[in-house]
Amino acid sequence: MAVDTVQPTVHVDLPKARNRRESQLGLMWRRFRQHKLALVSLWVVVFFYLVALLAEFIAPVDPVHYSARYTYAPPQGLHFVAQNADGGWEFGPYVNGYKTEIDPVALRRTFVIDEEVRIPVRFFAESEPYLLAGVIPLSVKLIGVENPRDPFYILGADRLGRDMLSRLIHGTRISLSIGLAGVTLSLFFGIVIGGFAGFYGGWFDSAVMRVVEFIRSMPTIPLWLGLAAAMPKDWSALQTYFAITLILSLIGWTELARVVRGRFLSLRTEDFVTAAQLDGASDWRIVTRHMVPSFTSHIIAAATLAIPGMILAETALSFLGLGLQAPIVSWGTLLQDAQNIRTLATAPWLLAPGVCVVIVILALNFFGDGLRDAADPHGR
Amino acid sequence: MLAFIIRRTIAMVLTLVAVSIVAFAIIQLPPGDYLTSYIAQLSSTGDQVDPRVIENLRAQYGLGEPFYVQYWKWISGVVQGNFGHSFEWKRPVWELIWGRLGNSVLVEGLAVIVMWLIALPIGIYAAVRKYSLGDYLATIAGFIGLAVPNFFFALILMYLAYVWFGVTMGGLFSPEFENARWSLPRIWDFFAHAWAPVLVLATAGTAELIRILRANLLDELKKPYVVTARAKGLPEWKVVLKYPVRLALNPLVSTIGWLLPALVSGSVIVSVVLNLPTAGPMLLRSLTTQDMYLAGAIILLLSVLTVIGTLISDILLALIDPRIRYGSK
Repeated sequence: MAVDTVQPTVHVDLPKARNRRESQLGLMWRRFRQHKLALVSLWVVVFFYLVALLAEFIAPVDPVHYSARYTYAPPQGLHFVAQNADGGWEFGPYVNGYKTEIDPVALRRTFVIDEEVRIPVRFFAESEPYLLAGVIPLSVKLIGVENPRDPFYILGADRLGRDMLSRLIHGTRISLSIGLAGVTLSLFFGIVIGGFAGFYGGWFDSAVMRVVEFIRSMPTIPLWLGLAAAMPKDWSALQTYFAITLILSLIGWTELARVVRGRFLSLRTEDFVTAAQLDGASDWRIVTRHMVPSFTSHIIAAATLAIPGMILAETALSFLGLGLQAPIVSWGTLLQDAQNIRTLATAPWLLAPGVCVVIVILALNFFGDGLRDAADPHGR
Repeated sequence: MLAFIIRRTIAMVLTLVAVSIVAFAIIQLPPGDYLTSYIAQLSSTGDQVDPRVIENLRAQYGLGEPFYVQYWKWISGVVQGNFGHSFEWKRPVWELIWGRLGNSVLVEGLAVIVMWLIALPIGIYAAVRKYSLGDYLATIAGFIGLAVPNFFFALILMYLAYVWFGVTMGGLFSPEFENARWSLPRIWDFFAHAWAPVLVLATAGTAELIRILRANLLDELKKPYVVTARAKGLPEWKVVLKYPVRLALNPLVSTIGWLLPALVSGSVIVSVVLNLPTAGPMLLRSLTTQDMYLAGAIILLLSVLTVIGTLISDILLALIDPRIRYGSK
């Protein structure tokens, strides 16, 4: 009797599971979830791209807004709980004010955090109207001080008293988008060139492979520098941005072309391709309908793993002063300010963009690794 | 073996030709030619420009003639050791760069050695004690080494040295040894300065080397001959070191092919940060002032050094692994 009541529940579940055909994506997702580090990294990457997308909303102030009164002001941090002088507790976000001290040796003005002064901070604070991502008109910021004249430097200020956090957030937009744009462009070259080489083989394949080997045997930074230095100085920000993207992908396509070619080569002899050929399908149809879908996931994984290289390259070029130029805010141009050891000693928070670079590179690497494993859900 | 070396050398010469074309293309890239900027620069400082000098230079570089003529004139000079003239320094390019190139090679060579010295024991340990604490630590350190850009690491080192020890790091020699002859104190001074850039350069590659070595060695350790060796009663260190490690090293040697370009790349930017008297800062400077013959020569020579280094590693690989020299390719 007891058996009778238990068995039906078992039987209800089983046929369902047997009949459910999981999509390729579903399988990949299931496999991907097992890789905990990759999953965490996915969220980190999503977080950074969201920040990049909503830069104007999240950044407390305009990245070019400067204030000569607060050069190299140290980070205020963001506090939530404070104890009053009478021992009572006060809740609500606030930042500390500054007081200036004169360094007796160097006779230099330095800022010190003044614990006494509390500047209340408000979420969804009113602000000057602006366009989010250049499209949506808004007049509210994620976070802001009540009185816009109060200093508000959660991550400190730079040489011109500009807010480091806001600059970092806007730099995130440029650095991350250049990574994506560079990889997209590389992917385009890689798929076209690698695809042709892999599908048709022959002399074209050998020629392409020699070129790829040649480019990969060259030290990249000197090459990039040489190409970037040829950019006319009077180009607009947008032009430099695209020129740098193009320069990065001139070398970046090689790795992706190799991956694509390898996939084409190994698939060309598969039975289903032969079957399609015997069926009289055109080359175009075979490639787009039969071959590409079977390795899209691999290509996506390879592309993800190529993004860190792009971001690093942009950062390095801009850091050396030959990449993006000053009015554009990117992690590389921000780090340029940190080149001088004396500046660095007074304002170590200028290294913050570097920390972001490390976090994003790590996250993208783990995420890409997870994707690569998941791309082959039946493997292992 | 000889046939292998000859084949590789021919391939290398072809690569060198391609490298030189790329370097020359970079020289040609900036708008306007070398002489126009030279004249502009001379006039701006108030110097008189002798038309005859200009005419001579024009003929020497073949300016105004087609690309291949200019290239030919340039490359024939390069082969004879004449890399052109730096208009910023008003001196022949070769005089300016040979000392700096030497420093580059020295620092990069040391970095390769340090890289191997660190990677070998750690890689072997990580494979033999798989999933131990040390293995995990090595993996984590490796990932961080991979993610921290060279120049950022150098910046952090500089910052820490300044804050903790009050030392301003940078350069390869103290001022008094700058132009001295090599002697024991100078060598000592060199190492006191060079450890930082060498360490920075070595970290990036070490991570990858450890990963490859660990994976290779894990494959080898599973093989029956290891079991046999152990069964015969060989001491454990001999079991590991005698055969599996030697086999696992082979694929590692071939990594020099991509390691070297990455290393040369990295050294350019690290040298700028740490202000080393190597080719890197000079390249950057020449590019920003559009001193293109100097820049082109540095790009060319850095690439040539990389290609030669790769050839040497190929030959080494063929020496230790006969399968490669008798292989199909």
